[in-house]
Amino acid sequence: MAEHHDNHHHHPHHEEGFLSKWVFSQDHKMISKQFLVTAIIMGVVGMLLSTMFRLQLGWPGQSFPILETILGKWAPDGVLDPNMYLALVTIHGTIIVFMVLTGGLSGTFANLLIPLQIGARDMASGFINMLSYWFFFLSSAVMFASLFVETGPASGGWTVYPPLSALPQAIPGSGLGMTLWLVSMSLFIVSSLLGGLNYIVTVINLRTKGMSMWRLPLTVWALLITAVLGVLSFPVLFSAALLLIFDRSLGTSFYLSEIHIGGQALENVGGSPILYEHLFWFLGHPEVYIILLPALGITSEVISTNSRKPIFGYKAMVGSILAIAFLSFIVWGHHMFVTGMNPFLGSVFTFTTLLVAIPSAVKVFNYLTTLWKGNIVFTPGTLFAIGLVSTFITGGLTGIILGDSALDINIHDTYFVVAHFHIVMGASAIFGMFAGVYHWFPKMYGRMMNKNLGYMHFWLTITSVYGVFFPMHFLGLAGIPRRYYSNTAFPLFDDFIDVNSMISVFAIIGAVAQVIFIFNFFYSIYKGNKATQNPWKSNTLEWTTPVEHIHGNWPGAIPEVQRWAYDYSRPDKDQDFVPQDVPLEPGEEAH
Amino acid sequence: MTGFLTIVVVTLGVILLGKVLKIFELSGELRGADANAVTTKDNRTQGALVMLFGLGFLAFVIHQFYKFKDMMLPVSASEHGVQTDMLLSVSFWVIIPMFFITHILLIYFAYKYYYRPERKATFFAHSTKLELIWTVVPTVVLTTLIVYGISTWNKIMAPAAEDAMVVELYAKQFDWTGRYAGEDNKLGRSGYRLIEGANVLGVDMTDGHAQDDKVARGELHLPVNKEVSFKFHSRDVIHSAYMPHFRTQMNCVPGMTTQFHFKPTITTEQMRKETNNPEFDYILLCNKICGSAHYNMQMTIIVESEEDFNKWLEGKKTLAQELGGADVAVDAQPHADAAIDAHDDATTDSDSLDVQHP
Ligand code: HEM
Ligand SMILES: [Cu+2]
Ligand SMILES: [Cu+2]
Repeated sequence: MAEHHDNHHHHPHHEEGFLSKWVFSQDHKMISKQFLVTAIIMGVVGMLLSTMFRLQLGWPGQSFPILETILGKWAPDGVLDPNMYLALVTIHGTIIVFMVLTGGLSGTFANLLIPLQIGARDMASGFINMLSYWFFFLSSAVMFASLFVETGPASGGWTVYPPLSALPQAIPGSGLGMTLWLVSMSLFIVSSLLGGLNYIVTVINLRTKGMSMWRLPLTVWALLITAVLGVLSFPVLFSAALLLIFDRSLGTSFYLSEIHIGGQALENVGGSPILYEHLFWFLGHPEVYIILLPALGITSEVISTNSRKPIFGYKAMVGSILAIAFLSFIVWGHHMFVTGMNPFLGSVFTFTTLLVAIPSAVKVFNYLTTLWKGNIVFTPGTLFAIGLVSTFITGGLTGIILGDSALDINIHDTYFVVAHFHIVMGASAIFGMFAGVYHWFPKMYGRMMNKNLGYMHFWLTITSVYGVFFPMHFLGLAGIPRRYYSNTAFPLFDDFIDVNSMISVFAIIGAVAQVIFIFNFFYSIYKGNKATQNPWKSNTLEWTTPVEHIHGNWPGAIPEVQRWAYDYSRPDKDQDFVPQDVPLEPGEEAH
Repeated sequence: MTGFLTIVVVTLGVILLGKVLKIFELSGELRGADANAVTTKDNRTQGALVMLFGLGFLAFVIHQFYKFKDMMLPVSASEHGVQTDMLLSVSFWVIIPMFFITHILLIYFAYKYYYRPERKATFFAHSTKLELIWTVVPTVVLTTLIVYGISTWNKIMAPAAEDAMVVELYAKQFDWTGRYAGEDNKLGRSGYRLIEGANVLGVDMTDGHAQDDKVARGELHLPVNKEVSFKFHSRDVIHSAYMPHFRTQMNCVPGMTTQFHFKPTITTEQMRKETNNPEFDYILLCNKICGSAHYNMQMTIIVESEEDFNKWLEGKKTLAQELGGADVAVDAQPHADAAIDAHDDATTDSDSLDVQHP
């Protein structure tokens, strides 16, 4: 491999065609940008879908002509159709969870940061990396296209439990819409596996001289473990999807049994929908960490750099990532406490689930200690990283309640769950992603994003996140189920009409706030101020590459790593940072 | 027309914003500074904003607890619910202080340690003692919660009492049907292939136990202070029987029987007084996405004295009377076991329920 790299840098400036530079690029930096822009577009779609169904929830039954303009027959007289409501919820969840926070987040930052931070000229396989992006692109395109199907997109919730998702008789979205959902997810899984394998191989094999595992920045650790989680769990989702495809198209009975629907008794016997739930959540729970870990890694990096302080407890941070990753494979049953599974299993899953809170607590305290006595530079990235710590605490703590099977009986599938996972996973991961974008934008595009727009973006976003999701805890505790088209069928819930309108107002503010970001992002790509080589005075290797992107990343030899990534504000140095490639002075001790 | 105007206005707005930004950034460059470099003033302002928003957020959280205090579910109307409510309070008393402590630290540190060029951060990378503390303390607290939680769970999920009243809750898109087991307290077998006409539950009328079963729609009555053992069925997709006032929920899954048992402790009448709401009713909702009318798949539950309950139940026809299956059944009763064997595999019979227990 080393020779290959050396060959590479002799002709870094070879001519490239338009297609191979901009479209079918095999350069990890370009692929990273492709992932990011695709994710932003999908993010806008996912967010607009949620704004549409929030209109219905905030003001049930009221006519919004704009809904009819956009949705046509699915919003007659401007009132959303119940089936379309469920479809919007489903596609919103799927797009945000998979396209934005899995493909988008890992795809962008694993591609950008792994080679640059470990000192590699590119990914182990540029070609596979390119395929990973194009499968992701196709998957996103198919998911988007499914919105325009005559019978509506998939509508069974992002978890698509059969039999609802298997039988078009049960809900119209389970026709062609669901087929496209499965096609899109299959493409997505391929993308994710190709990407993941590449990330793992790259980290293991292509680290530059001196970059031992214990000198890896925490971003790389997080991205590596995320890739391992994906490679181990996505194949299980694929089997779940495959069996569902068989049940839908080939008349098998993996998940179907004793069903009488549409006045007709189906032939299927012997299957179990619970089997699907087990398979789904075996991916589903690790998936939430696939989403979260990269955000936590980014936060470690951004907080440490901008507090001008080493990350506190580096080894404990790595250890907690490993512990969380391990535990995430043995907690899936906490999504199934009330499915009728054996109560003994409920006890086991309660036990393992609550254990997750221990490494999570370690991470929080280590972030806090990193800020303590720091010298904090408030870039927009820093603010989003601090925001992540807040949402991770708020959302993680309610996990302690949901993980308790005895308590989950009454709050499972209520708005309490919606509040929990949006705060702990949705908001945290999005904040991590924003922190990463603001922080590495100069690396990606060679320009700076506007800081004042960044500040505005942050304060409006965190205000609307808590404005939307915090009250939902109480809706859930009052017994309001999730995935309801409206709460008006129950006088019991009348007290919450105003609350729901307020939540929708915050949702709209939040959506508008993202316009600021999108404007700032695209404006800065073309018009932003030119970036300097190391704008945040950071230690990691990516900042030793030139501002202008070149193939192979470093014009000369790859720098050798001499120290860990967190030598900020060493008492024995005047300058408050010491990049990783600076040799130890005689007598200086490595950390 | 409005659409077109909106587009024009938005486009103009974006262009204007772009120009303003450019002027701002250029003027910064003229002064010799990068307009996007974070200045000491920025650091002070943003640090102060963290404090301001942070305190605002904590105040908002307190306000929310206060605001929703009286909008939560009333006291639990079931015996086990009292225990889970207790567990819930204890859990809240653990997480609320944790929430405030960590947030206050976060806000305070961000505010206090904003960047000043003359300061230097403290190089503090590691402390075994501290790290041990925040591994061990959460471990102890969580172990306590785990033990408390699991023991509560085990009590709730222990097998129902022998004499508990057996009631089937049968879900389909988009309504609920209840079936009381009758005098023999045994539900007659049923099977999805037997669903026909008035026999919406697909009850096997050749089964002796089926004759005295009674069906309830719209309203489900329960006697107070008597344990009810529910058997849940669904005929089409997964539904979930959610009875928030009784702190009870169990999925209804096609192809299998699930169960849950509880003892209602407060009658509807008493609860109306308790909540000061003469209209109050217990409800059963569907809590698993099941299709277009998922949001309106409900049933009213009435808890009343045993006397009133018996009177109500007596007024109901038995299945034999409703479906006219009695004559066949008298004949079938002695051969009940043979009938099980002969029956379609797909038929659910309530005797096989024990499989669900450990
Ligand atoms: C302290 C750690 C955590 C605990 C104990 C915990 C526990 C739980 C439990 C028990 C549920 C199921 C609730 C129900 O459906 O009734 C749940 C739901 C969920 N959690 Fe967590 N959680 C924790 C952290 C996280 C994190 C870090 C993430 C994301 C990164 C996350 C994402 C989710 C999601 C997406 C759901 C909803 C799934 C659905 O039903 O659609 N959780 N959590
Ligand atoms: Cu989970
Ligand atoms: Cu239902």
